[in-house]
Amino acid sequence: MSQKQEDENPAEETGEEKQDTQEKEGILPERAEEAKLKAKYPSLGQKPGGSDFLMKRLQKGQKYFDSGDYNMAKAKMKNKQLPSAGPDKNLVTGDHIPTPQDLPQRKSSLVTSKLAGGQVE
Amino acid sequence: RNKTTCLLKADIISTVEFNHTGELLATGDKGGRVVIFQREQESKNQVHRRGEYNVYSTFQSHEPEFDYLKSLEIEEKINKIRWLPQQNAAYFLLSTNDKTVKLWKVSERDKRPEGYNLKDEEGRLRDPATITTLRVPVLRPMDLMVEATPRRVFANAHTYHINSISVNSDYETYMSADDLRINLWNFEITNQSFNIVDIKPANMEELTEVITAAEFHPHHCNTFVYSSSKGTIRLCDMRASALCDRHTKFFEEPEDPSNRSFFSEIISSISDVKFSHSGRYIMTRDYLTVKVWDLNMENRPIETYQVHDYLRSKLCSLYENDCIFDKFECVWNGSDSVIMTGSYNNFFRMFDRNTKRDVTLEASRENSKPRAILKPRKVCVGGKRRKDEISVDSLDFSKKILHTAWHPSENIIAVAATNNLYIFQDKVN
Repeated sequence: MSQKQEDENPAEETGEEKQDTQEKEGILPERAEEAKLKAKYPSLGQKPGGSDFLMKRLQKGQKYFDSGDYNMAKAKMKNKQLPSAGPDKNLVTGDHIPTPQDLPQRKSSLVTSKLAGGQVE
Repeated sequence: RNKTTCLLKADIISTVEFNHTGELLATGDKGGRVVIFQREQESKNQVHRRGEYNVYSTFQSHEPEFDYLKSLEIEEKINKIRWLPQQNAAYFLLSTNDKTVKLWKVSERDKRPEGYNLKDEEGRLRDPATITTLRVPVLRPMDLMVEATPRRVFANAHTYHINSISVNSDYETYMSADDLRINLWNFEITNQSFNIVDIKPANMEELTEVITAAEFHPHHCNTFVYSSSKGTIRLCDMRASALCDRHTKFFEEPEDPSNRSFFSEIISSISDVKFSHSGRYIMTRDYLTVKVWDLNMENRPIETYQVHDYLRSKLCSLYENDCIFDKFECVWNGSDSVIMTGSYNNFFRMFDRNTKRDVTLEASRENSKPRAILKPRKVCVGGKRRKDEISVDSLDFSKKILHTAWHPSENIIAVAATNNLYIFQDKVN
């Protein structure tokens, strides 16, 4: 199970074995749509359900943070005496492991919901 | 990401719910906030205006969190709000995000004590040496203040993402359901919950379905249902065993194998399940239809309504843009005679179960003035489009109505269209 940061392209996730794309005559609109999809993504597996697909659903929100890598990256930065304006992305280990600063700013919503301020029509 | 985008995203409404009398309407949003509207008392002076809903209270229910142990970002988005029946002057509701359920108390304060001995009117402490007499504080009227306080926090019981909460008819317990498990809570106890359903396989490679929604029976406190991503519904009886992994009833419509396609399982995934007020029926929503099931008949639904069948010829692009995974909710009216659900392009649909008539309406400021009567809409599928119709290719799939609510006894509906809330009432004669 590859542990990538969430990628919103389920077609790539479900590609397992290569399937020969059969030319299905679209009696049903769904079959025509299916043929279209398979023409675009030939490596799409037959079963869209199945554990890979559901596992992706279960892992929503997963972001990987390794404190060891983070601290080593911080130490390297100190040695090179880089300005502390933010982490150099090149020092982060791997492509997908974020540092806390790389995570989107998750400040709590201090602004009142617009529904609370607006007039009811 | 600039500030404007952040504000708009936080404003997206993620749940709408009337309380049991319909006096209050709560909305939850992506920013973790709850806004409660209250229906104003009908006054003799304004006979032409039925009671309208005004903002009553607003508070921050959930904050964003990061679980460092599991490297999980926990959204503050409110997935569901459920009201408790009113038992005293205060109102109570449950609100939940992906991981934590909270019980909120909303109460009014219209009096305040004055004449403290140890504090002055601004709240500053008085020097005890200057106090020579004692007085009894009195309660004086003040401007109405509505305050919301968190009374219970039910945390750390869900490994997966909570999709449903449901208050039991015993008013002592409630359930919370995530993708693989359902837990039963007592309102008074926050450090324990009973696991009543667990469909997690020993080997995750064998995972074939997840729980998508769950609800308690409106009258029988031992009965509940849960729906799955494979289009099935299970009814469970808690008297049968402590762990309700084995269902009492199993509702599934047989599928014609010749109709099977790549999309079949995805579009059969049930996004919402709701008991009728009578408790005799359940309604389920899957991607293209709404179905009504009789609890006494497990092998097929008694009614099936097409919400937007014209999307069948768009499934490929709806799969590519992820719209095929949108989770629409469905609601009953108070008398269980009409059902309602949302669609795209800010359309929503109502089906009258008795007359078998249906209507498509639009929740949009551009196309209707306040207090105007809504005009029915129509989507045209074929080549010839009439003047009022809209073609399938012109539908805006970013304008989805996922959340709607129906007043428990009157014909008042609340429709959430992204970051706007619409409240529609029956025409006054």
